[in-house]
Amino acid sequence: MKQNKNLYNYIIGIADNSLILAQRLGELCGHGPTLETDIAGTNISLDLIGQARNYYQYAAKVQNEGKTEDDLAFLRLENQYRNVLLVEQPNEHFGYVMGRQYLFDVFHLMFLSEMLQSKDETLAAIAKKGIKEVSYHKRFSGDWIKRLGDGTEESNHNIQEAIDELWAYTDELFDQTEADKAMIAEGIGVDTSKLKEKYYEEVSILLKEATIEVPERKYFIKGGKKGVHSEHMGYILTEMQYMQRTYPNMEW
Amino acid sequence: MSDKEIKNLEEIFEARIARDEKIEPKDWMPEKYRKTHIRQMSQHAHSEIVGMLPEGNWITRAPSLRRKAALLAKVQDEAGHGLYLYSACETLGISRDEMYEQLHTGKAKYSSIFNYPTVTWADMGAIGWLVDGAAIINQVPLCNTSFGPYARAMVRVCKEESFHQRQGYEIMLKLCNGTPEQKEMAQDALNRWWWPSLMMLGPTDAESIHTEQSMKWKLKRKSNDELRQQFIDQTVPQADILGLTIPDPDLKFNEETGSYDFGEIDWDEFWQVVKGHGPSNKKRMKARVGAWEEGAWVRDAAMAYAEKQEKKKLKKVS
Ligand SMILES: [Fe+2]
Ligand SMILES: [Fe+2]
Ligand SMILES: [Fe+2]
Repeated sequence: MKQNKNLYNYIIGIADNSLILAQRLGELCGHGPTLETDIAGTNISLDLIGQARNYYQYAAKVQNEGKTEDDLAFLRLENQYRNVLLVEQPNEHFGYVMGRQYLFDVFHLMFLSEMLQSKDETLAAIAKKGIKEVSYHKRFSGDWIKRLGDGTEESNHNIQEAIDELWAYTDELFDQTEADKAMIAEGIGVDTSKLKEKYYEEVSILLKEATIEVPERKYFIKGGKKGVHSEHMGYILTEMQYMQRTYPNMEW
Repeated sequence: MSDKEIKNLEEIFEARIARDEKIEPKDWMPEKYRKTHIRQMSQHAHSEIVGMLPEGNWITRAPSLRRKAALLAKVQDEAGHGLYLYSACETLGISRDEMYEQLHTGKAKYSSIFNYPTVTWADMGAIGWLVDGAAIINQVPLCNTSFGPYARAMVRVCKEESFHQRQGYEIMLKLCNGTPEQKEMAQDALNRWWWPSLMMLGPTDAESIHTEQSMKWKLKRKSNDELRQQFIDQTVPQADILGLTIPDPDLKFNEETGSYDFGEIDWDEFWQVVKGHGPSNKKRMKARVGAWEEGAWVRDAAMAYAEKQEKKKLKKVS
């Protein structure tokens, strides 16, 4: 029973990252700087929703209370969402969009590559499918970081601004909740503490190549993994939950 | 070239079209043919990308994960249609930037239907069912149009549009089989989208210009009024299956013609929206121009970066 609770919380944490990032990308559809980036952004959003659906379906099964993927995605309270703060940060400009994406993608790919070894077969299978998608996401966002960093003076300034600000949210990616720790002990969860050094190394190499300064920061902002979100989250949920809250118990 | 030579080329050109041969970008073509195609194809491309906005408006609020994914995929298809059509149009010697410029300054038009607001979730159903439905009726004949790149783009586009139409109808079906509130939402959407969808097939034949030339070039095979009748005859039975009422008290099956007679279209409303005074014209243009202007630094960066990379490569070689 306790094990199921931990597994449920563990899956929800991963699922919420994908869902909230997909939601942020969905806001941009039709408003991007080129048609090609619009199409790519939509693609990434679609992949993330697909992953989130797999996780929520599995979480609903583990929870065994007769809930559906949509109940889990749309009908929780804000403090029950366990995504990292990074993915809920707003689309201030294209630099923030690509910065947020890249800083998440590097982590995401490392994470899924480890989850491939999970003793939980369902999670390992979701990871296997996700790796292909996320490799593409990382290539796309990484290429844009290079273009913006080593493009014009203006673009360098903009992407630097975004990276400086978003950097504060990177440390939380490696935080471990009670559920995370329990699942790591079981051989189901990914031990993210082992990824941290590799993560900062990989990101720093690309930033340097893109002539972006690697931020030096002593203080990090976190909370999402514990259910304490930024002020943005309430608005994200207001929009996302609008239909389910306004018209309860209906099928669409 | 002398006038006589041009006349001769024109005759050969028209004869090729009459034989159902395709005209390709490198072939000789009359200036009027080129201009007409640039106008129609760019207008079509603009419609695809402006058309992303009313549906994009519901992505963040879609009621289920399955619907959210399907809507994202649909709007992405429309972006893809825009992309093929811009590319096909570029073969006629106009750049995508020039076409955008024409859209942003109001010189080029786009389908007026997208100047109506999407106010409920049911609008996602109604748009797929009616707007994509009317688009298919307009576009299927274009799969055999005389200009090769346009015809080929249309084959691909039409396949996806019929998928969109089915998806939209399925949203309506779900609503109509749902709670009374859901059914009411569906009826309300039909009430608002019915007449604009009929208008989407163009002004009535008596007022429509360029039709004769367009028929010869296979840019048009049936008149606007014929297309409209076809759309109505196809759609009324579908509304019956949904149990919805078409908002036209004069709509009646005519045993003699085997078609539906219908009430008068409010052409004043049509021209008001075409001329830029519809409920969402300003909002749509603001969104397109805004995206373009805010994206300028990003496009500049991509260009500057590509140039730097090119220079580095040359240095390595030498
Ligand atoms: Fe389309
Ligand atoms: Fe279309
Ligand atoms: Fe469509």
